[in-house]
Amino acid sequence: MIAALETRGLCKSFGALTVAADINFRLDTGARHALIGPNGAGKTTFVNMLTGRLASSSGRILLGGEDVTALAQSARVKRGLGRTFQINTLFRELSVLDNIALGVAERRGDAGRVWRPASAYAETRDESMALLATLGLADDATQRVRDLPYGKQRLVEIAIALGLRPKVLLLDEPAAGVPSLESERILEALDQLPPEIAILIIEHDMDLVFRFARRITVLVQGEVLVEGAPEEIAADRRVHQVYLGEGGHG
Amino acid sequence: MDTSLLAPLVSVVFHGSAFGMILYVISVGLSVTMGLMGFTNLAHGVFAMAGGYVLTTAISRFGVPFPVALALAFIAVAAASVVLERLLYSRLYTAGELEQVLFTIGLIFMAVAVARMIYGTLQQPVLLPQYLKGQFPLLGRDFPTYRVFLIGFSTLMIIALWFGVERTRWGAMVRAAVDNRAMAQSVGINTRRLFTLTFALGSGLAGLGGALGAEIIAIQPTYPFENLVYFLVVVAVGGLGSLRGPFVAALLIGIADTGCKYWLPQYGAFPIYVATIVILLWRPAGLFGRRA
Amino acid sequence: MKHSGGYSADTRIRWTEWLPWAIALAGFFLLPEYLSLGARILIYILYALSLDLILGYAGIITLGHSAFFGLGAYVAGILAARIGITDPMLQLVAAAAAGALLGIFTGAIILRTRGLTLLMLTLAITSVLLEIANKATALTGGADGLSGVVITPILGYFKFDLYGKTAFLWCLLVLFAVWWLVRRLIYSPFGASLTGVRENIVRMHAIGAPVYLRMVLVYTFSGTIAGIAGALNTQTNQFVGLNVLGFESAGELLVMLILGGVGRIYGAFAGPLVYLIAQDWLAKQFPEYWYLGIGAILVIVVMFARGGILGIADRLARLIGKSA
Repeated sequence: MIAALETRGLCKSFGALTVAADINFRLDTGARHALIGPNGAGKTTFVNMLTGRLASSSGRILLGGEDVTALAQSARVKRGLGRTFQINTLFRELSVLDNIALGVAERRGDAGRVWRPASAYAETRDESMALLATLGLADDATQRVRDLPYGKQRLVEIAIALGLRPKVLLLDEPAAGVPSLESERILEALDQLPPEIAILIIEHDMDLVFRFARRITVLVQGEVLVEGAPEEIAADRRVHQVYLGEGGHG
Repeated sequence: MDTSLLAPLVSVVFHGSAFGMILYVISVGLSVTMGLMGFTNLAHGVFAMAGGYVLTTAISRFGVPFPVALALAFIAVAAASVVLERLLYSRLYTAGELEQVLFTIGLIFMAVAVARMIYGTLQQPVLLPQYLKGQFPLLGRDFPTYRVFLIGFSTLMIIALWFGVERTRWGAMVRAAVDNRAMAQSVGINTRRLFTLTFALGSGLAGLGGALGAEIIAIQPTYPFENLVYFLVVVAVGGLGSLRGPFVAALLIGIADTGCKYWLPQYGAFPIYVATIVILLWRPAGLFGRRA
Repeated sequence: MKHSGGYSADTRIRWTEWLPWAIALAGFFLLPEYLSLGARILIYILYALSLDLILGYAGIITLGHSAFFGLGAYVAGILAARIGITDPMLQLVAAAAAGALLGIFTGAIILRTRGLTLLMLTLAITSVLLEIANKATALTGGADGLSGVVITPILGYFKFDLYGKTAFLWCLLVLFAVWWLVRRLIYSPFGASLTGVRENIVRMHAIGAPVYLRMVLVYTFSGTIAGIAGALNTQTNQFVGLNVLGFESAGELLVMLILGGVGRIYGAFAGPLVYLIAQDWLAKQFPEYWYLGIGAILVIVVMFARGGILGIADRLARLIGKSA
């Protein structure tokens, strides 16, 4: 079976500093996969290479079986790769609706049209509104993003990615910085994500990881330490050492 | 090489180097502050112009001796820049590039108007002391004494500057902060004071360069507009935040410009601009810039 | 900052949007002695519109916009005075084509860069054009400028009269046509994506938008409009000199746009109107204080009133709305 996303021997070095060493990774259709590791393990670097924001030094990246290693970000997005950012990367001055609609319009191919007004593209707007409704943001559609509480902004971040109808979704710490009062919303949203999307989530919050993931990869200093089902990872002594040993992380 | 080509070539290299050195002394401050603070300061030429006016006014109005006037140019402009930085510039460090560009253009307008009001529109005459006038024999040829002095003095200043950046604690902090501002702050470097100090030094140098080079780059109210392109080219081609890069760029520009004006006068500065475009497209971060 | 466009915008023309045209026509009938100033205002509104498209909407920071204006101005001038093509419509078309070519050629090359590099490249390109205009005296008249610009009546009937009536209406007509096109563009999906580029370029890449292509397209369109404005300038003054390419006038254009308010179409209307009227009135009496004042206003606007005149009007409107 062709993997939704796969890397073979992915490496990245900045001069003498190696941040990714021979990473072989596989994400199947419908996967719920978590990537964990101590700070500085190279998780966000890995995601940046997957999306094309950062060029790898060597190795291959395959999206649905197709080699995308040399493709630009926008080309990978068009082939179904979506991501959210660790720090909200939203159009703060624009409305929630516009934030989503910009992405939906790109996917539908309407975004470059110059003659009819944007508001005449009812399908784009309706689709965006429907998406907002599934995330409980319908009432906020006309609000400016920067006027929303942080937790809702995080949801907008996820909504934009979903608007692209990705086949693979990379979530970079979706609950980061969200006060615990609002994080339940995020967790519900994650639970309700369409089952056919392959999802890779980077997280530090272990509760979230164990609630959400069916498989976990542990990344330490750019290398894959171990990969397996949550129970295996929880019981693995090396993982314990990495988190509770010299690192001292909880 | 036949001798009829050698003489003008030596002349072009000599005068071009003098011009280039002045460009460097003026522009190095701009390179460092842009690399350090990420602040697009198009008004840098204002400081150079101010230094020139301080020098010429001190000499012709108050009869101050030349070396004292030079020092005065440096000190007065550096002091004024501290006031400007604390009051105005520092409020815009986090603002976008557009705001910074607009603000500094506003400063240029104001400076040009004030200069015109005080000094009128004509170029300031440069009154050199007797010992710097005339010709100076060097390697069997006669060169204008002032230009020789210019090259020599600038070289000393540049060596002092490079030494200062390489060896002093201040220099180490500047290099660290240029490399990675957030990291530098978390290590405990007081970036605010560092900015002010570096800005003052860079502006003072610009003032000194403007004063020194008053003979080459005329001191007149439209100075910041007319020479903006040259200063920016030195920094852009040399590489933001770099010390050596703008030096090479300034020398190249100085010699190329002088050569073009001598051998291809019908083209004016055209070749320089084309060369700038080509270089920047080939190396967007400058010849010695980071993140090429 | 308030912005127009987007996927929920109401695109019907509000009554306030007819005000500028009403004012222009009123000026035509009521102030016939000021028609040359009026034409100048219209031309600069057009010029400012073109700059707002790239500066306010796409967020491309350039100091070299006078390259397009100057190119258009000289194309019209050279066609009229040197080649003998005196039909004003042909001149406009040629200037537009020249602006478009320069836009697409330079845009494709320089829009891959950002920050100081981009700024420097725009300056360098303008400097190149300035040097060419300065040195190619046979073609451009050099430092003396190009006079003897002859313009035959529009459509063979409307002559460019001494009072500037035809010129004013001609500029008004062109401005109206361009305004209508620009307005359509702003409200279109393309316009919405431009705002996206300005607001968060990283996000635009992440949603798969062809950012570079869109920026080149809008840069080309902007250059076309600026070229038309330049040609109109030559036609109304029947002269073109080096100042159309100079940095001082590019700086003045920036002031006009900032004064009016960047990123909204009518900022490009308000700014030149206020600036040029004030300049006509004050600059003659106190030229140095005028320049000083403009610099001070620029500094003050940047520090305290980033939205320009329209921004202040917005705030006032909100205040009045609250107390009503």
